[in-house]
Amino acid sequence: MAATCSKTSIAASLPQRRPDPVQIELNGQAAYAYTGGKPFDAALPCVVFIHGAQNDHSVWGLQSRWFAHHGFGVLAVDLPGHGRSAGKPLPSIEDLADWIELLLEKVGAGDTAKNVSLVGHSMGSLTALECAARHPARIARIALVGTAVPMPVSDALLGAARDKEPKAIGMINTWSHSPRGTVGGNTVPGMWLLGVSRRLMERQQPGVLHNDLAACNAYTHGMDAAAALACPALIISGSKDMMTHPKAATKLAAAIKDARSVSLDGAGHALMAEQPDAVLDALRSFIA
Amino acid sequence: MTYNFDTLALHAGQVPDETFGARAAPIYLTTSFVFKDSDQAAALFNMERAGHVYSRISNPTNAVLEERIAALEGGVGAIAVASGQAALHLAIATLMGAGGHIVASRSLYGGSHNLLDYTLPRFGITTTFVDPRDLGAWRAAIRPETRLLFGETLGNPGLDVLNIPEVAALAHEHGLPLLVDSTFTTPWLMRPFDHGADLIFHSATKFLGGHGVAIGGLLVDGGTFDWDKSGKFPTLTEPYEGFHGMDFSEESTVAAFLLRARREGLRDFGACMSPLTAFQLLQGVETLPLRMERHIANTRQAVAHLVASEAVAGVAYPELENHPDHALAQKLLPRGAGSVFSFTLKGGRPAGRKFIEALRVFSHLANVGDAKSLVIHPASTTHFRMSDAALVAAGIHPGTIRLSIGLEDGGDLLEDLDRGLAAAAKA
Repeated sequence: MAATCSKTSIAASLPQRRPDPVQIELNGQAAYAYTGGKPFDAALPCVVFIHGAQNDHSVWGLQSRWFAHHGFGVLAVDLPGHGRSAGKPLPSIEDLADWIELLLEKVGAGDTAKNVSLVGHSMGSLTALECAARHPARIARIALVGTAVPMPVSDALLGAARDKEPKAIGMINTWSHSPRGTVGGNTVPGMWLLGVSRRLMERQQPGVLHNDLAACNAYTHGMDAAAALACPALIISGSKDMMTHPKAATKLAAAIKDARSVSLDGAGHALMAEQPDAVLDALRSFIA
Repeated sequence: MTYNFDTLALHAGQVPDETFGARAAPIYLTTSFVFKDSDQAAALFNMERAGHVYSRISNPTNAVLEERIAALEGGVGAIAVASGQAALHLAIATLMGAGGHIVASRSLYGGSHNLLDYTLPRFGITTTFVDPRDLGAWRAAIRPETRLLFGETLGNPGLDVLNIPEVAALAHEHGLPLLVDSTFTTPWLMRPFDHGADLIFHSATKFLGGHGVAIGGLLVDGGTFDWDKSGKFPTLTEPYEGFHGMDFSEESTVAAFLLRARREGLRDFGACMSPLTAFQLLQGVETLPLRMERHIANTRQAVAHLVASEAVAGVAYPELENHPDHALAQKLLPRGAGSVFSFTLKGGRPAGRKFIEALRVFSHLANVGDAKSLVIHPASTTHFRMSDAALVAAGIHPGTIRLSIGLEDGGDLLEDLDRGLAAAAKA
C-alpha cells in the first residue's frame, strides 16, 4: 500500500517541515497517521492515538480532531498492516511499542522534551504501556482506554480468528458493545455503531485479526512494565466492558505508581464510539 | 448480544430518554439545539464532538429512524430526507458533478426516470438506460466518466428482479458503486447489502411508513465500498474546502459517503425530513415485519385468484413460474416478491375502467405500499395520453391494472376483485 498523500495526513503534512513522504517509512514500509484535520507540527506537544486489534485510526475521529485543533500535534496511527499503513502486522506488543517509538523519532516528536502523550485502546493500550516502559525518556504520560493487563484471549476466539474470521469478527462486535450500545442511540447522528464497527473490522486484511489477538495474548509481562512505569497514567474503563473487564483496570491502576482512573458508566469496550465526549473529557483533563 | 430483525424494528436507535424515561421516541420538534458553552459550540461545528446543531443537518428523532433503518439493512448509517426522490438526488449529488454519467435500469419509477432522463442532464449529469436483465448492456454502457450503477430491486412495471449479485460484481469490477431503490421490497424481503449493493435508498412513504400519512426518504450506506481504491470519487477522497479542507475518506474509513452527504448535501440542498415525519415513519417501521408478512400472504391469494380468472389475460408476479425472473426471485426474494404487481384484463381499456369503478375496498389513487389496498389503471390515468400502441411499447397493455395489496381481510379483497372482474367482463 502506498503512503497516502492527503493534506491532513502525516504523509502530506510533513513535507513542508520534514522530508518527502516516501521517507516517512518505518522499517522499510510506508506508514500512515491521521493528523486530526490539521498539518502535523512536531514543535507542539504531541498526542499519539493507537487503535486496537483489527481497527484503524478512524476509531479516534472525534477525540483526535479536538486535540489537533487545541494546540497539539496529533498522530492517530494506522499500525503496520492496518488501514493505510503498509506491511505485515507486527507480531508482538514489543514490536508495536518500538514501532511507535520509531515513528516519534522519525517525525521529531519529543526530540527536546518529554512532550509526548500516548493514548491507546485495547491492544493499543498495551502498546502504549510497553512503549512508555521501554522508552521512558520520550513519553510524558499514557492514557489506557479499555485495557487489561494481561489481556488473555480465549482459545475459542483465537481459533475463530485463525480459521473463521467472519465469525470471530461477529463475536468481537457483540462483546465490544454495551447493552445500550447494542440497541443504539448513537451520539453521532444517524450512525449504527454495530455496523460501523463490523465494517471497519472487515476492511482489514485477512490474518490481521489473528495476529493482533495472538500478540495481546502473548504479552505476559505487562504488570512488570506497569510497575516500572515512570510517567503518569490514566486508565479509562467502561463499566459494561465484556472484553476487558473493569476489575482488570482497577488491578492495573494499583500496580502503577502514578495512576488515576475514570470509569464510564454503562460503556462497553468500544468506549470512544459509545461515549466519545466522556472519553474526550477524561483525556482533556489528563493531557491538556 | 445482538438482536434479530423483528427486535431491531422496534428498538434499534432508541433507548428511553434519561430525563423522563419516554418509551416511544420523543418528537424533537425544534429547529436548533442550545450549546452548553462556546467551546462545545465550536467543537460541534468542527466535528470534535458529536451532537445536534440545527435540524436541517440532524435531529434526535430523525437519528432514531436513521439508525433503525441502517440496523435493519445491515449498513453503517443512514440519512433521512424529505422524500425518496430527495434520497436519490442526494446520493447522486454526493458522488458526482457535471460530466458524471450513470448507468441505470430502464425499469424505473417514473419520478426517478424523469430526474435522470430530463432534469439531471441540465446539470451536466447524463444517464444511459439499459434492460436490467441484460448484463452485457450494463457492461457496454459503462464509460470512463461513469460514476454509478442504479436499479430497483423490483422494477416498474413488470417487477423485473434486479440481479444484484451480478450487477454489483460488474460495478465493482469497474470501481463503481451500485445504488438500489429498495422501496418495493423493504429490508424484510431482501437486504441488498447482503448481495453486494453499496448504497440503498427508500421512499419511506411506502411500506416503511406503511400507512400513507407521511412523505419521506432514507439513504443508507453499506460501508463496504472503498472510495480511495476506486480513485473516481474526489468528493470523498480529496480535501473539501467547503468543510475545513476535510478529506472525508480519511476522516471516516467506512462512512465517508454519509459524512459528505450530511455535511454538504443536507446543509446545502436542504431536503431534510421533519421530526414529526420521522416519528410517523418510526411507528410504521415498528410493525414492518408483521405488515410485510400480511402483505405477502394477501398478495399470494390475490395473484392465485387472478391467475384463475377467465377475465384475466396475464399476471406479472415473480413468484409465478412464467415470470422471466422466477428463478432469480426464488433466490433473492424467498420471503415474497412484494405486494405491488400488475395484471392485464382481456377487455382492454374499457374493461380497465369498469374494473376500477366496481371496486369498493381498493382505493383508486396514485400510490403504493399503504396498509389499505390500492388500485390504478395506467391507461386511463398516469398514461392516458398514450395510444394503445405506445402503451404496449412501454410495457403497459391497455387493460393493465396495477394493484398494491394491503392488509385487509384476504377474503374481502378477493370478493372485491371478483366484483371488478365481473364488471370488466361486461365492458
